Amino acid sequence: MQHTISVLVENEFGVLSRVASLFSGRGFNIDSVTVAPTNEDGMSRMTIVTRGDEQILEQITKQLNKLIDVIKVIDFTDGSGIEREMALIKVTAEDENRAEVLRVVDIFRAKIIDVTPKSYTIEATGNPVKIDAILDLLRPLGLKELVRTGAVAIGRGAKGWKG
Amino acid sequence: MKMNGARIMLECLKKEGVDTIFGYPGGTVINIYDELFSFKEIRHILPRHEQAGTHAADGYARATGRVGVCLATSGPGATNTVTGIATAYMDSIPMVIITGQVPTPLIGNDAFQEVDIIGITRPCTKHSFLVRDVKDLALIMKKAFYIARTGRPGPVLVDLPKDVQIAQTEFVYPETVEIRSYKPTMGGHPRQVEKAMDMILDSRRPVMYVGGGAVLGNAAEELTALCRELLIPVTTTLMGLGSFPENDPNSLGMLGMHGSYCANMAMTTSDLIIAIGARFDDRVTGKLTTFAPHAKIIHVDVDPTSIKKNVRVDLPIVGDVRDVLIKMIKQADKLKDKVTAFKTALAPWHDDIAGWKEKHPIGYKNSTTIIKPQFVIQKLRELSDVDAIISTDVGQHQMWTAQFFQFNKPRTLLTSGGLGTMGFGLPAAMGAQVAFPGRQVITICGDGGVQMNIQEMATLVQNKLPVKIVILNNNFLGMVRQWQELFFDKRYSSTCMELPIDFVKLADAYGAKGFSTSKPSDVEKIIKQGFKENGPVIMEFKIAREEKVLPMVPAGAALNEMVLNA
Ligand SMILES: Cc1cc2nc3c(=O)[nH]c(=O)nc-3n(C[C@H](O)[C@H](O)[C@H](O)COP(=O)(O)OP(=O)(O)OC[C@H]3O[C@@H](n4cnc5c(N)ncnc54)[C@H](O)[C@@H]3O)c2cc1C
Ligand SMILES: Cc1ncc(C[n+]2csc(CCOP(=O)(O)OP(=O)(O)O)c2C)c(N)n1
Ligand SMILES: [Mg+2]
Repeated sequence: MQHTISVLVENEFGVLSRVASLFSGRGFNIDSVTVAPTNEDGMSRMTIVTRGDEQILEQITKQLNKLIDVIKVIDFTDGSGIEREMALIKVTAEDENRAEVLRVVDIFRAKIIDVTPKSYTIEATGNPVKIDAILDLLRPLGLKELVRTGAVAIGRGAKGWKG
Repeated sequence: MKMNGARIMLECLKKEGVDTIFGYPGGTVINIYDELFSFKEIRHILPRHEQAGTHAADGYARATGRVGVCLATSGPGATNTVTGIATAYMDSIPMVIITGQVPTPLIGNDAFQEVDIIGITRPCTKHSFLVRDVKDLALIMKKAFYIARTGRPGPVLVDLPKDVQIAQTEFVYPETVEIRSYKPTMGGHPRQVEKAMDMILDSRRPVMYVGGGAVLGNAAEELTALCRELLIPVTTTLMGLGSFPENDPNSLGMLGMHGSYCANMAMTTSDLIIAIGARFDDRVTGKLTTFAPHAKIIHVDVDPTSIKKNVRVDLPIVGDVRDVLIKMIKQADKLKDKVTAFKTALAPWHDDIAGWKEKHPIGYKNSTTIIKPQFVIQKLRELSDVDAIISTDVGQHQMWTAQFFQFNKPRTLLTSGGLGTMGFGLPAAMGAQVAFPGRQVITICGDGGVQMNIQEMATLVQNKLPVKIVILNNNFLGMVRQWQELFFDKRYSSTCMELPIDFVKLADAYGAKGFSTSKPSDVEKIIKQGFKENGPVIMEFKIAREEKVLPMVPAGAALNEMVLNA
């Protein structure tokens, strides 16, 4: 099963490689990973999308917590979090395709951020399932290049991660 | 006072109570060595190889419970420590490894003797630091020692660039340290302990399965008190040996691949396993699907990742073994009547165990014409001091030591269990002897592994460290040969050490004493002679070449499918 985990880490030298080598060294999967600083001093937040059964996921969470630089691990199971991802998508847009691409962009509330006579570059945000859906529609029209940020996630409700 | 980084590093060691370091000089640590020249509070031991220096610091840590410290130069010096670091990591040994590094402006430039030692050791250290500013050095050292010794202990590496050693700053050692992202849970949850005691008192076939955590957590006394109070049979892992006296009637000895018949049968038929600082290693569980099929499992461990890693657990208790055992003892005190009833109800269980002990005790067939290795180990036990420290190398001799020496006190067996590092025994003994100059320190080695760090004979002689080196010489890489005999049709591919070594001459070349024999009748005489010597000694016993370590649970088999003695 796919899981999205937030990992709050000290902004220390080498912390990204510690997390990455934990996953590779123990044979855990990473579907996507993002990392950037937070509002708190010296703290970064990683969002990792991973896969595994319950037992594997428990090990992943425990192993992450064991890393000295990890402050907190949050596992967003069963809809406790909201996820968003951004994709930049370059599609072929010639003649009969141009209008169709625009329609898809419109339906998904995406944006055109670059235009040439032969192409559109699209910015789409949404939860990863929505990104998959727009890609499914654009693929037959001629997908030239794709960049996805990977998911970021935050807990639902009024509380921050500290509670 | 203003000092340079090299001096600050030494002052930090002093503040941490370090009295000895094992180090090897080189270009990027020469400034530290210059400071050491006049720094009298710390003893520096020069091994003949950085790997041995690391194992010596490890042996020092295992024997004392304190943090072992070693020092190496950048590049090849640092890479030579890797096996020693991994060895310590696998067995959770507290160590601080200090490596020199090329000056910060050169890092990343493939400078002379530059190596990314932090990257290389990332998977086998508990944590590591690159010091980029001399102002951070004292705090980093404080953190390094704190991390190494607390929670689940482990090796921590500090990489110290040469320019940071030269740079000056005010030296202030922090009194305390707080790491917001590192807060190991030491106190076991009282409610969980109560539940555990209920489960124990409800059980009828309980086994305490005790691991290295009981040694690391200095909990031997509490463990012994609790088990004697409740009359629960105790089996230990290789790493747990000594935490419960093996001469106690409730000791089952070691379990697992080369464990006793009674220990493995007890595990297989138990209704409650109480795991204390043990990590359900595959050498212990055998085939997982048939492991302890009737037992509930209570697991006490300071490291949550050890719990439910390999086996299901009915009651996890995260915390320090000593804390949890003390709470258990108190809880048992409150339940006096139940405890009495429980002990009576254990009678049939004790009978089963006595039956297994009698049916297949750990044993061997002695001989009057050829030296049996088990006989040598028994003689060593008989003739050595009660508080002697024994280190082993890795192989058959290690298992015979575990089976036949009988360990009654914690920290008297130093052995590489998790990594199984050949070459560990001699330098580890060296580290223990440095820590305890007045105690008898014996290393039991094979003819193969002893040659992996034999150069440390020089260190022993130079520093007057009277380590007694016992070599059980079968002229084979015996443990591998045993597998070839049992599972590969006796195709002894590259396990015969065809060249016989004259270990007596070798001892002599280093200025040490050497004895050798192939006669059973000489064994006692040589051990006595060797023990009498004031300096380091090699005692070589040419043993029955194809003797096997038995019982044995073949890899992948169930614990109760043991190959027993003929
Ligand atoms: C040739 C060879 C043969 C071997 N055969 C056997 C065999 O037959 N039987 C056997 O048992 N082993 C055998 N071993 C050793 C085996 O490989 C493992 O090293 C060993 O079983 C692990 O022991 P352990 O479970 O006690 O764990 P350790 O590695 O000692 O781990 C200690 C555990 O305790 C925890 N801990 C540490 N400190 C504390 C504390 N203060 N409080 C609470 N918990 C703490 C740690 O988190 C960890 O989970 C063999 C090794 C070799 C090289
Ligand atoms: C560094 C290292 N290399 C290889 C091995 C694999 N190995 C395990 S036991 C063993 C044989 C050891 O032979 P020896 O030291 O003579 O001891 P014996 O088994 O004969 O008592 C080998 C090669 C190891 N454990 N460590
Ligand atoms: Mg041998």
